[in-house]
Amino acid sequence: MTPQDNFMVLAPIAEGRRGDLETLLASMTDRPGRADPANPVLPFGAFDRLHVARLLVLEDLAYADLGEAATPPPPMLAFLGDCDGDAESFRRDLAARAGDGLRRLFAHCSDFTADADLVDWMRAHETPPATAYVNWVGRTVRQVREEAALASFLRARPWPGPPQEARKSIVAAVQAEQAQGRLPLSPAAATPLGWTLRRLADLVLAPLVLLLLTPFLILIAPFYLLHLRKLEETDAEFTPRPAPAHVAALARIEDHDASNQFSAYGNVKPGAFRLLTLIFLLRLVQYTTRHIFTRGRLARVPTIHFARWVFTDDKRRLFFASNYDGSLDAYMDDFINKVAYGLNLVFSNGVGYPRCRYLFIGGAKNEQKFKNYIRKRQLPTQVWYKAYPNLTAHDLACHSQLRRLIEDGPMRDEDLVATLRLL
Amino acid sequence: MMDFADIQGLVRSGYGQLTACRLILLRVADPAAARAWIARAPITTAADLATPRPTALNLAFTAEGLRELGVAEPVLAQFDASFIAGMGSDEARSRRLGDTGANAPAGWDWGVGKRLPHALLLAYAAPEALDGFLATLDWTAGFTVLAQLPTAWMDGREPFGFADGLSQPAIDWSGTPNPDQDAHLTYANTVAAGEMLLGHANEYGTITERPLLPPEADPHNLLAEAEDAPGLRDLGRNGTYLVHRQLHQDVAGFWRAMRDQGGENWIALAETVVGRRMDGSAMLPPCPAAIPGIDPDDRAANNFTFDPDPDGLACPLGAHIRRANPRNADLPPSGGAIGRLLRNLGLTRQNLRDDLVSPTRFHRILRRGRDYGTQLSPEAALAGPVEESGLHFICLNTNIARQFEFVQGAWLAGRNFDGLSGENDPLTAGADTYSIPQPHAANRRLTGLPAFVTLRGGAYFFLPGMRALRWIGQG
Ligand code: HEM
Repeated sequence: MTPQDNFMVLAPIAEGRRGDLETLLASMTDRPGRADPANPVLPFGAFDRLHVARLLVLEDLAYADLGEAATPPPPMLAFLGDCDGDAESFRRDLAARAGDGLRRLFAHCSDFTADADLVDWMRAHETPPATAYVNWVGRTVRQVREEAALASFLRARPWPGPPQEARKSIVAAVQAEQAQGRLPLSPAAATPLGWTLRRLADLVLAPLVLLLLTPFLILIAPFYLLHLRKLEETDAEFTPRPAPAHVAALARIEDHDASNQFSAYGNVKPGAFRLLTLIFLLRLVQYTTRHIFTRGRLARVPTIHFARWVFTDDKRRLFFASNYDGSLDAYMDDFINKVAYGLNLVFSNGVGYPRCRYLFIGGAKNEQKFKNYIRKRQLPTQVWYKAYPNLTAHDLACHSQLRRLIEDGPMRDEDLVATLRLL
Repeated sequence: MMDFADIQGLVRSGYGQLTACRLILLRVADPAAARAWIARAPITTAADLATPRPTALNLAFTAEGLRELGVAEPVLAQFDASFIAGMGSDEARSRRLGDTGANAPAGWDWGVGKRLPHALLLAYAAPEALDGFLATLDWTAGFTVLAQLPTAWMDGREPFGFADGLSQPAIDWSGTPNPDQDAHLTYANTVAAGEMLLGHANEYGTITERPLLPPEADPHNLLAEAEDAPGLRDLGRNGTYLVHRQLHQDVAGFWRAMRDQGGENWIALAETVVGRRMDGSAMLPPCPAAIPGIDPDDRAANNFTFDPDPDGLACPLGAHIRRANPRNADLPPSGGAIGRLLRNLGLTRQNLRDDLVSPTRFHRILRRGRDYGTQLSPEAALAGPVEESGLHFICLNTNIARQFEFVQGAWLAGRNFDGLSGENDPLTAGADTYSIPQPHAANRRLTGLPAFVTLRGGAYFFLPGMRALRWIGQG
């Protein structure tokens, strides 16, 4: 199995260059916000290890709400993506095959120089996530495409007859195609040993550390809870409606595909208490996304392809990026109805978030306040790429299931019928 | 306790006994005269329904209409965001609702630009009384008529010939929804009053955003105090949003496609597309336990969910009524308290299609539509000619994005409802492809289905409570 990795280049935009940058970014799209896979600046489609990627201007829109006197941080250019195999080799591949375009993009950043080594520069600006989520760990772009081709082939004609007969004709037809060199279904590559060992170590060590800390945690728990409740009672809620023009700008780039991108940027509540809480909870979420939610769902949510939380600015701010199926309203409803507790754990440490109790109660359940809060912090993603247009995470899972018709040998009638129904 | 005298009658009744109805789209010509007319218009309230009446009248406004009538921008800005923007206002919304191609606003008969109505007057009467009633309503000083949309009474059917108006959510008029999460582990047909009326608690137990005014903005003390914001006056209270879409139905095309694809079983095929038999009977037997909010007399037609039919063998997953109301609960069946906890944490084994469909109770609408044209038998429709027919789809809700737009966008026009791939509602959204699950075999897939329904116009309106109506009339 080939595990997935991610990268995120984050660099301040040079003063006065933002307008030019946005023009260049717009030139890379074929519909508002949607990457043209063959655009000359960064031909995403040429990189067959790349699942999703985006370029956006990262700026703190909620800054004014804080009522701080200081000036907001300079806007940054963020370039992030999720790929098969390790990010380091992907960076090298990017630099080798799209070097000119990357230089054109990064030339808008204040600390980029024409003679900089691209790979070094990207590595130096790498901003790793606190937590990353992958819908199906090990499913490569190549696998997605091969299985999608299989599904289209199977759906293009009827497969009559009793289920076992239908399966036989399907297998025969696919094998005939494969004999002609079509409909390849490549076997999974060997899992890198280092990755397996790191996962295993994490699987065991993280709980062990937690176990060791337990006496201490129990000791401080009452004080922690008291202080938490005090903060929760007094932390200001700030959830005005987002400006219609802002919402319209976001909507313009949404719903051009069965999936959408989501980028949001907010402020972490000041003080070590909140920061430590957030670091601890994101680590907890990371543990679940590494070891539990690796097969099609983040808790009860089956619609997220990739997601990540990233600290920036000395952990003063938190960036959240995701790739999800359906429209934003449906996505927010999913959040509220299915994983409000999980969202609250993380986001209730953000400035202005709807009031929570004990970190996980309330919060997102204040539906409209939550939606206002989210929308207000959402940033337009100037360029968004997804390697498999109009396929949902559920489609991908169905396609993998269809592949089993070919590779798994005879199935029980019941499973077979369920699989045939996916056609 | 609900103040029915403050609620327009349409919220409580579709006036089925008044079989004649005209929908009149108005534009404000003279704001002062228009306001004066509004102030004395004989609007029917929900309290009036206690005694049978020969006529009924209700009145709603678009955001542009309220603006014309002098409602100030800061007040307008507090209404529902979709209402403020308007149904045909931007491509992003059109994309979401499936209002593209032949349904795009550019081709509408009414609803955008100079043909955007300011007000919708809904007039109901017994057939012989309608013209006389309309003659008593002299709005000419204040308004010009954009269109008078006639309707036709089809004896409880719609132009394709199916029984309609059978399933509606039951409003919990107590106004105090049960906040207990465990109360939503099975499907209920009741909805919190706040889903259909502003100013009351909704399914989340909160009150949906609506304009709240400082006392200065209500010098004559016409409005009630906001329940959740003491000191402020609630302009939304007992009002709701009315969604109106004029849906042209290609009746001959529908039956032609059913005959071509269904052969001698063409009627049965059409019934799978709708998800009910033509006479309205359900595809699933009533479930043994009574569903809260379903009348005992309504058991045969509505006391069912799709739980016993997860594969769509009795009613296809993509059938119109299954999409429009999936009748699911907040959580897939999960056993006891521990099972539920594990399920919520995502730690139980989950089936491929679990949790693909959002809980129905947050996405209910109250349908109040009327048909137009004629209603023919399938055979007569095929023989033709067929008069221009369709549905004035009208529904009420308090949060347009979460209710109407969600049902229309994610469930009807959406191409991935309940795990389906690349097919939308075959009845209303021009599906092209429609899968019908078969017992013990792969699905039957129909392809090449044309669109049977075309959007001819539409707008979002605010149907105010009576106090708010007086406030608007006051200026
Ligand atoms: C011309 C277009 C349409 C036709 C011919 C049509 C027809 C029907 C019929 C025959 C029924 C079953 C009878 C009943 O339960 O009342 C029904 C139910 C329903 N329809 Fe439609 N409909 C149309 C458009 C729409 C639209 C645009 C929506 C919403 C956006 C919608 C939402 C519903 C809902 C919510 C139900 C009730 C489902 C339930 O609770 O079981 N319909 N429709």
